[in-house]
This record gives sequence, structure tokens and C-alpha cells, in this order.
Amino acid sequence: MAQQQVEVILARHLAENLALPIFIVDPQGNLIFFNEPAEAVLGLRFGDTGLLPASEWSTMFEPVEEDGTPVLPEKLPLMIAMMHGHPAHKGFWIRGVDKKLRQIELTAFPLIGQSGRITAAIAIFWEVSHES
Amino acid sequence: MKVNLWGTRGSLAAPGPETVRYGGNTSCVSIEDPDGSWLILDAGTGIRNLGQNLPSDLKRVDILLTHLHMDHLQGLPFFAPIRSPDIETHIWGPASTMMSLKSRLQRYVSPPLFPVSIRDLSPTLHFHELSFDMFEIGKFCIVSQLVIHPNPTVGYRIKLNDKTVTYIPDHEPMLGAPTFPRSPEWTSGYDLAQGADLLIHDSQYTHTEYDTRLGFGHSNMKQAFEFAEMANVKRFVPFHHDPAHSDDQLDQMITHAVQEVKPGFDVTPGLEGMILNLE
Repeated sequence: MAQQQVEVILARHLAENLALPIFIVDPQGNLIFFNEPAEAVLGLRFGDTGLLPASEWSTMFEPVEEDGTPVLPEKLPLMIAMMHGHPAHKGFWIRGVDKKLRQIELTAFPLIGQSGRITAAIAIFWEVSHES
Repeated sequence: MKVNLWGTRGSLAAPGPETVRYGGNTSCVSIEDPDGSWLILDAGTGIRNLGQNLPSDLKRVDILLTHLHMDHLQGLPFFAPIRSPDIETHIWGPASTMMSLKSRLQRYVSPPLFPVSIRDLSPTLHFHELSFDMFEIGKFCIVSQLVIHPNPTVGYRIKLNDKTVTYIPDHEPMLGAPTFPRSPEWTSGYDLAQGADLLIHDSQYTHTEYDTRLGFGHSNMKQAFEFAEMANVKRFVPFHHDPAHSDDQLDQMITHAVQEVKPGFDVTPGLEGMILNLE
């Protein structure tokens, strides 16, 4: 198996040491890592899944708008970050593998390396709490 | 090809009676093609002596810098060919996202840190910024890749005919590899080192020293051995010795790592002045 780029290795290292939910996708859209705080929101463990192809993870979490209509893939911040190379933010709902519906705010940005290439895209997200 | 170690010390030159065998000069290695081409890896203080020993009829020399920390650069202004109009000197290294390689070098090779500016050196001095793709210099086929060390730092994988040398003098592969050494996919430098005939690699710290210097960008001796084992190299040269380590300490560190790791490859301690022939 080929080695990940150093920028991606360091991004994972940072994610493993933060309390914010984070996940990382490679330029092909494969989900290559998510940290423990993300596991709690997504309802599954990275240790159980390992790398997830885009076709699997993009349908696994069922992103929907507030009215229940599906969020189009091209409107997802991670896809915007990867395809267009700029940061994006959106609030929406996801249904995790545990079938629980959660409202989240998600910011994604491309990880642009020294070479100027996009080596990955990173999503940082928050579950919206309605408690005051 | 012939690989010559002109400086094996890391961080700071450390001459003296305690470091006679391993040497006191900082990082510099040459690779010589039997046809007469020379590659130089890093420009630590060892490069001064190398400059005195190049063939007098040499017309071109290429210096590959891994990064611009002082211990890899300090010998550059004292490398005789860069003051000679008769030899083309090509310097290859990483730019930063905001500054060119030449501008970054100029910060050191200019007053008040050095009396002469880099622009006043030989007109035959050329600068090349690495693109992190494979490139060729003569018959040498070279891959550069970023590795884990503070500030942009690369390692090199150099192939000539059917022999491969990997040079990663400053490297902390443990960082970011949670299950090191069992996760090559997540280990910096793995692609560079995989299957190399010769790996020259950072082994600066003892186990105890590493614990207090996590994130400094270096390996301890055992980690370096484990990295070499994971990459399935044929021969390993521990390199970039800490300036505080005496010859006797380095012998002990290497012996201890051999006992712990039981490597499946040859181990050749990195001694200044050593010549390795890869046939």
C-alpha cells in the first residue's frame, strides 16, 4: 500500500489529538480517517471501517436539509473543498449508522501541500446543541 | 556507485578526542558514478573537505539539500567550487510556500551572518527548486519527498543503474504513525526507503532523550532500526549523531539496538570518512 503524503500524515496526527470531530478524505474522495470525536457523531468506529470509498461513506450518513430533502453531493462542503480548492461551510442534518438524526455545522477546507497540490480535504464539524 | 560520508554529525559540529571515529563534521555525503559524475547530499561542515578532494577536471557538481537548517548548510560558503568559474555548481532544495530557494539561502549566506553574499559567489552557481516529482541528473534518477521534520524538509531516493540509496538524515517517522512500525501507509519516508540497497537515516537520540524531545524532528536509534526493518532495506547506516554522543556511547547505542530489533539487514555505523561501494 502506498504511503500517504506527509501533509496528510500530520493532519491525521493533529486530528487524533483534538477534541473536535474531524474527518479526512483523499483526492479520490475516499474517507481515509476520522477521529474519536467524529466517531461519536457518525455512529461508527474508524478501527472497524478503515478506509471507506466515496461511494460508501457518502450514502452512509444520509445528509439532508432541514425539510428532509437530500443534500446534493456537489453542495457538500467536502466536495466543494476538494473539487474547487476552496473552503466551504454548511449547516445540515445527518443520520448516522446508528440511525439517529443529528444537526451539524460543517466546515471543510482543502489541504494544499508545499507542491501546490491538493493532498486531501479536511472537514471539521460540530453537532448543534439546542440546549441553552 | 561509491558513497562517501564526509560528515555524519547532526545539529552542531563536534570535533574532539571523544568523537574521532564517528567524526565531528555535520551532514554531507557524496555519491560518485563510476563515469565521474558527483552528487552531494547536504552542505554541512563536511563539504569543505569534500571540496578539496574533488577531481581537478570536474566540470559540474550537483548539491541536493534536504532542508536549510544550519547543520546542513554551514559548509556551503566554504565549498571551493562555488567560488570557481570553472565548475558549474547546481544547488537543489525545497522552496517554502512564500520564498524561493535562493532567497531562503540568501538569508544565511549574506551579512551580518556571513561576510559575502550568495549573489557575489560564482556566476556558474545555479538554483533548482524541488517539484517533488522524479527528476534526473545525468544518469542518476532521483525522487524527493517531504518527510516529517520542522520546516520544509525532504528525503531523497537516488537510483543509479540497479542500485538505490535513500538519504533521510533528519526524520521523525514515529510522529503521525500511531502504530509505528506496523503502519507503512501512515509512516513518513516509507516510499523513499522501501527496498533500498542502502538507507542513511537519522538516529540522533537515545530512547530516554527522545522522550523529552518529541516533535524535534529526529528518531531514536531503535526507531531508526525499526524504520529500516519496516522498509525492508538491505543495508542501514545510522547517521546524524547527536553532538553530545561520544564514540563509545554511539557504539553502545548501536549494539543495544541490534540486540533489541535483531535486524534482517546489514548495519554499518555511520563513520566520517567511510566509503561504501555498491556494486
